[in-house]
Amino acid sequence: MTEWKPRIGVVTFPGSLDDRDALRAATLMGGEPQTLWHGDADLGGVDAVILPGGFSYGDYLRTGAIARFATVMDAVGAFAEDGGPVLGICNGFQILCEAGLLPGALIRNRTLSFVCRWVNIRAERGLQTIAAGDVLPVPIKHGEGQFVASEAELDRIERDGLVAFRYCSPGGVVDDAFNPNGAARGIAGVRNDSGNVLGLMPHPEHAVDPDLGPTGGQSVFGWLFDAARARAASYA
Amino acid sequence: MPEVAEALAAEPLHRALGLTDDELSAIVGRLGREPNRTELAMFGAMWSEHCSYKSSKLHLRTLPTEGERILVGPGQDAGVVDLGDGDACVFKMESHSHPSAIEPYQGAATGVGGIIRDVLSMGARPVALLDPLRFGPLDDPRNRYLFGGVVAGIGSYGNCVGVPTVGGEVKFAPCHSANPTVNVMCVGFARADELQTARRGGDGNVLILIGARTGRDGIGGVSVLASRTLADDAHESRPSVQIGDPFAEKLLVEVCLELAQRGLLWSVQDLGGAGLTCAVSESAAKAGMGADLDLDAVPLRQAGMEPFEILTSESQERMLAIVRPDDVAAAFDVCRRWGLEASAVGALSPGVILTVTHGNEEVARLPAAALADEAPEYDRPRARPGWLDALAGDDPTARAFDGSLEDAFLAVVSAPNVASMRWAFEQYDSIVGGGTVVGPGMDAAVVRLEGSVKAVALSADGNGRYGLLDPYLGAAHAVAEAARNVAVVGARPLAVTNCLNFGDPERPEVMWQFAEAVRGLGDACRALGTPVTGGNVSFYNESGDSSVYPTPVVGMVGLLEDYRLLVRKAFPAAGLSIYVLGNTRPELGGSEFAEVVLGTVTGHPPALDLDAERRLHELLMRAAAADLLASAHDCSDGGVAVAMAESAISGGVGFTVGLAGESLAPHVALFAESASRAVVSSRAGRGEALESLAAEVGVPIRRIGLTGGDRLRFEDMFDISLADTLLAHEAAIPRLMGSNHP
Repeated sequence: MTEWKPRIGVVTFPGSLDDRDALRAATLMGGEPQTLWHGDADLGGVDAVILPGGFSYGDYLRTGAIARFATVMDAVGAFAEDGGPVLGICNGFQILCEAGLLPGALIRNRTLSFVCRWVNIRAERGLQTIAAGDVLPVPIKHGEGQFVASEAELDRIERDGLVAFRYCSPGGVVDDAFNPNGAARGIAGVRNDSGNVLGLMPHPEHAVDPDLGPTGGQSVFGWLFDAARARAASYA
Repeated sequence: MPEVAEALAAEPLHRALGLTDDELSAIVGRLGREPNRTELAMFGAMWSEHCSYKSSKLHLRTLPTEGERILVGPGQDAGVVDLGDGDACVFKMESHSHPSAIEPYQGAATGVGGIIRDVLSMGARPVALLDPLRFGPLDDPRNRYLFGGVVAGIGSYGNCVGVPTVGGEVKFAPCHSANPTVNVMCVGFARADELQTARRGGDGNVLILIGARTGRDGIGGVSVLASRTLADDAHESRPSVQIGDPFAEKLLVEVCLELAQRGLLWSVQDLGGAGLTCAVSESAAKAGMGADLDLDAVPLRQAGMEPFEILTSESQERMLAIVRPDDVAAAFDVCRRWGLEASAVGALSPGVILTVTHGNEEVARLPAAALADEAPEYDRPRARPGWLDALAGDDPTARAFDGSLEDAFLAVVSAPNVASMRWAFEQYDSIVGGGTVVGPGMDAAVVRLEGSVKAVALSADGNGRYGLLDPYLGAAHAVAEAARNVAVVGARPLAVTNCLNFGDPERPEVMWQFAEAVRGLGDACRALGTPVTGGNVSFYNESGDSSVYPTPVVGMVGLLEDYRLLVRKAFPAAGLSIYVLGNTRPELGGSEFAEVVLGTVTGHPPALDLDAERRLHELLMRAAAADLLASAHDCSDGGVAVAMAESAISGGVGFTVGLAGESLAPHVALFAESASRAVVSSRAGRGEALESLAAEVGVPIRRIGLTGGDRLRFEDMFDISLADTLLAHEAAIPRLMGSNHP
């Protein structure tokens, strides 16, 4: 019997850059890649959706602020509402925040400079394949990756266990010295209340191929695939 | 354009446009009549130094341009080499120094945009950028502003357009305070049988202008900025600098690749220097056709633009597609899907005449080839500068040095030319696209082909000090170092692009430097089997009494058959034997040590035996393919001491070596920059195999010690902790630039 392959839809907005990388990573991880276009009104029955990195619409207004109004985002919203797994990477994370599917917002890095480097992130709670406390080496590359929210909102996010990842040392210590963009409370990624929508600034799709470096991104794809599998099973 | 208006009042129009009286006579002779205002502006742009290479062509013609791997040589928008299996690598380098001196952020950004369009116009997907940059010393706030602005500009454009910046170099010298040098190299991949090269014929094919609207930005870019020296009031030329829109460029990339993939293109041309005039006249001339261009069909950013403004505007993010009449509707559909404006602005016509209409009137009628191919060619006077003898006679190798070796080492390791450039490289997205196997800060960047174990190794190198002291050797060293950087990772050097950065060619000593450099470039490329596929000449890099060092920058493409066998510079473990390949000689002329520690840029650059250089590359490639090497690193700026320090820092592993017994003074053994050398470590148990391979290939090899520990031990000289070395190397640039954050 052939193994079930989740169909992973990757949305291309005008200005998406890491869409081909997300498709390649989904394939490498054993998924069935499916391109989606920003003008699509439906998702063509995919099992999971990735909003990839890039500079949608040039990010000239505010990161993600225009992309959230794309036609496809209505379908993504409905899919998420229905429990469909959605992964937002970098610009995709920014779009999910703008769309209100995830809490918080992303502003310019505290250095005011774009930063591209490998970092480590610590999983704050178990997410299927990822155990709480796991440290994942992954690259970041963004100019506007500083996660912010009001103190009250940050407290709620923490209380409800919505913090998915924090920047940390290679050994898992969370400290400002390892925070590359000034993110509030070192937050690198968050999830929604029901746990099916996950956004993060680091790029797991650039950390799956052992030929290119560390593979901390594999378990993030593992989460996405498991969530897709669980949902498909519940429909079966 | 206030400065143009003022100039018009003061001098004849042709001179204001950068044309000499003799050039005007040549135009009159060619047309058989006086050109009108619009035609003169078109000639002014196309016959500018920047577009026509009128001072350099005579010399560039001597360069080797053919070889079995060369698919496309000079004369097209970019060169192309054959990677085997039907894959091709497209690459080109250009300068954007003058705009960057005036407006660093936009100047550098639009340089990136321009070189991407060159690669795109060959039908290739751009996959990598490299940026060799040169600035004045960072203790001057204006130099910090220029360096910071250029790096941010490159980042803003490259990051947003989705092409990774994988390498380059940053160098500093006082001569670059007035004239920073900004070179940009782009590399693309295509299937060899899908390359878009110029085609003959095509009567009636439609000219479609795709992308941004045409505005008043960048008018006179090639003639006002790029083909003159910068005067004190250069900042008033700011309207001649264009503004970049990387988002539009990203859409342009996808549109052009989709048009090519669907077979909708007859040919395609980028709009860069001299704008529409250049794109249309070159397209027509290459096709052996004429063309009819209707300026009323060009979408404008503002009303009331004059014909000459529309014709010479250098507004960015535009491409000219030439499409068969039957394919026009389909091509428009592709543009619409990506949200880009497209307009049919004319057609190819039988004959050789380019006509331009505006408001239903003919505003220009001239032979396309007269603009594109018939610019004058000059054999400008050359004279060896008299001051060279005094510089060469003051050889720093002959000076006694009794200072602390450890202090000298720290000074060299933290010198801005040698220090870690992480501060700059981290502002670039180096991994988008998924092809980057090795990114910035290594000997060569390595970018793999999609779905293959093959990869290209890329390096861009130049040495201004060597160029100053001996332009022939400076150019030859640039080729040798670029090829060595590629060979060090295990790749075979294939071909060269270049950017030749010089002063005012109308000064005989600059022209002599240029001619010598081209001779050195040619000799080295012939000897190393790496033909020149194209490049760019950037003259007039001087202002007042300050001229840049004669700086040929060489961009090298190499082929790595299996990137899984690539060799990195880091010492990966303790207990490995360390070797120096090649001979160290008493050569400190033009070295980093001489400048930083002795405070002098004098003497003679290191000798270069191109045959020894070629043998070294052969050894490095064969040793990598046989998996004999644990690490390999080019030995150049700062000598063996710096090469070893960088391998140690990169791997987090120290070493103990003995350099004594070379009959060289300790500081010479450490810091001499003798050519054709590398520092390598052998894989455990493979040292003897490496030694016998070196003997077979004919490369001197010397085992100098072992990796291990947390100190850098140079026996009988000094030793220092790895942590202190790392700090000196890493902190230098952030400290100078005033960064406080991690």
